[in-house]
Amino acid sequence: MSGLKHEPGISDPDGFYQELIDAVQRLSTEDALAFSARLNLLLANHIGDRTVLREAIEAARKGLEDHE
Amino acid sequence: MATYQYPKYPYHPPTFAGGVAPLAQVVIVGGGQVGLTMALDLAQRGVASVVLDEDNTVSDGSRAICQAKRTLEIWDRMGVAAPMMEKGVTWNEGHVFYRDEQLYAFNMQENPRSKFPAFINIQQYYVEQFLIEQAVQQPLIDLRWCHRVTGLETTSDGVRLVVETPDGTYTQPCDWLVAADGVRSTIRRQMGLSFSGQVFEDHFLIADIVMQREGPAIRRFYFDPPWGPEASALMHRQSDNVWRLDFQLGWNVDRDEELRDENVFARIRRMIGPDTPFELEWKSLYTFQCRSIDRYRHDRVLFIGDAAHQVSPFGARGGNGGVQDADNLGWKLALVVQGRAGVTLLDTYDEERRFAAAENILNSTRATDFITPKTPVSEVYRNAVLDLARDFPFARALVNSGRLSVPAHLKESSLNGADELQGAVRPGSPVPALPLSVPGDASVSHLTDVLGDGFTLLCFGPANADLSLDSDLAVRLLHAGRDFHDMDGGVVAAFGVQDDAVVLVRPDQHVMACWRAPVPATILDTLSMITGDCR
Repeated sequence: MSGLKHEPGISDPDGFYQELIDAVQRLSTEDALAFSARLNLLLANHIGDRTVLREAIEAARKGLEDHE
Repeated sequence: MATYQYPKYPYHPPTFAGGVAPLAQVVIVGGGQVGLTMALDLAQRGVASVVLDEDNTVSDGSRAICQAKRTLEIWDRMGVAAPMMEKGVTWNEGHVFYRDEQLYAFNMQENPRSKFPAFINIQQYYVEQFLIEQAVQQPLIDLRWCHRVTGLETTSDGVRLVVETPDGTYTQPCDWLVAADGVRSTIRRQMGLSFSGQVFEDHFLIADIVMQREGPAIRRFYFDPPWGPEASALMHRQSDNVWRLDFQLGWNVDRDEELRDENVFARIRRMIGPDTPFELEWKSLYTFQCRSIDRYRHDRVLFIGDAAHQVSPFGARGGNGGVQDADNLGWKLALVVQGRAGVTLLDTYDEERRFAAAENILNSTRATDFITPKTPVSEVYRNAVLDLARDFPFARALVNSGRLSVPAHLKESSLNGADELQGAVRPGSPVPALPLSVPGDASVSHLTDVLGDGFTLLCFGPANADLSLDSDLAVRLLHAGRDFHDMDGGVVAAFGVQDDAVVLVRPDQHVMACWRAPVPATILDTLSMITGDCR
């Protein structure tokens, strides 16, 4: 039984997605990366549960290769 | 240096030059902070040692400065904490800055009623001087200055060292060899042991300056300081108005250029302001590494301190870790030398201190990864943490300017016995120096004062009033309410005492077992882990 939610959990998904993109799309790549890092940290703290966080990190890393 | 005169200790030409010295039970190579602590601990337990040191003075220049509470407790047991406290600068707080703001402050003092502060800052040369002054009072310690080990041969029952002096070379046989000869350990190299780990690609410039500046002694750490190009800087007050400044310069620097006085002075000026007069006492440029040998016991050779493991300086875990090594090894080696415990007890030194070193290396590596991000992406996250830390307390917990030395809790030790109480202090934990009194003895103020150097049973509850124990290990029994008074319930709370609890404390003042209501046979069974195969 996974701790990380896989099913929809956000009300008004289209509205949320638009808010997210609005926040980043006029940023430089560098600032967008800073934004993502801050958002990750804020949300990670809000979740707090280390098992959920670990599963989320694994899920996000899936399919991405190490860059040598 | 302006503030310190290096003592010169007397070199005595060996009468056995060109020949073989009398067999020593224990030889300690290296008369630094860790080796001297080892010699004092053994002497206190009645074990003689020969200390070989290649020069005849104390630590050159500025090295370790932060001595932690646990280290002070260990030195207190050896009667040498008082001069350190008198000379050192007490501090408990660290302040962390980012650009032009203070992000947060932390306090390292867990218990304000402890016997010692979280830290004192004191130059390593003073530490060594005080340890030497104590050691020369000890007839069991044979301090040999200007005796350099150049070779060794291990045999089935000991070690034969080749020792060079200004008056010739001699052979020193010993039963046990303790290598406390630091990060460039001759013993480790002579034995061909691999010292592997991680190198960090960064340069740090240390400047020790003398200046008159008031204000409390606190640890100040600056990320991206507003006054200069350094990635970070650190400031510590030491004794004699000496201040340690530490500047993070980056990887691609011209070492000779960075060490030129005018460049060092410019960095100092930017940090302390243009108008504060100062004198430069010491400068050096360093890079650092975290590494360890695989095992700390190699039959008759035991490695302690930097000879065994090296950590980055952020966290003050090098010198403090080394003193805890000596504290852990001292009683075990003494029991083995005296034939009261089997030699396998020494494997628990390796087990326990390798666990502690791994913890120190982990903490030190994590701090270094934060201070010196290894990749651009890692730096993005590091800066995100710092940016959030101004407004969000949670992010302050992620800011890592060094996790400062705290004593190792040997939770997984194979020496740990029963764990039947629910307090914070459990088997493997060091006993905290909590306030306590003993009727008729004004010299006792804290729990660590009554523990002494041997095994102690702290007995609570009426059922233990007549408890007695027939053990070869000379266990002292102390009954709560009779032999000591728990001043404010702190001791009872720390152990989670209930029923007729009994706590067994080891000679290094770590807890070995906690029982709710044991019978003597149970206690003796636990103690047999110590005496083991010598019975």
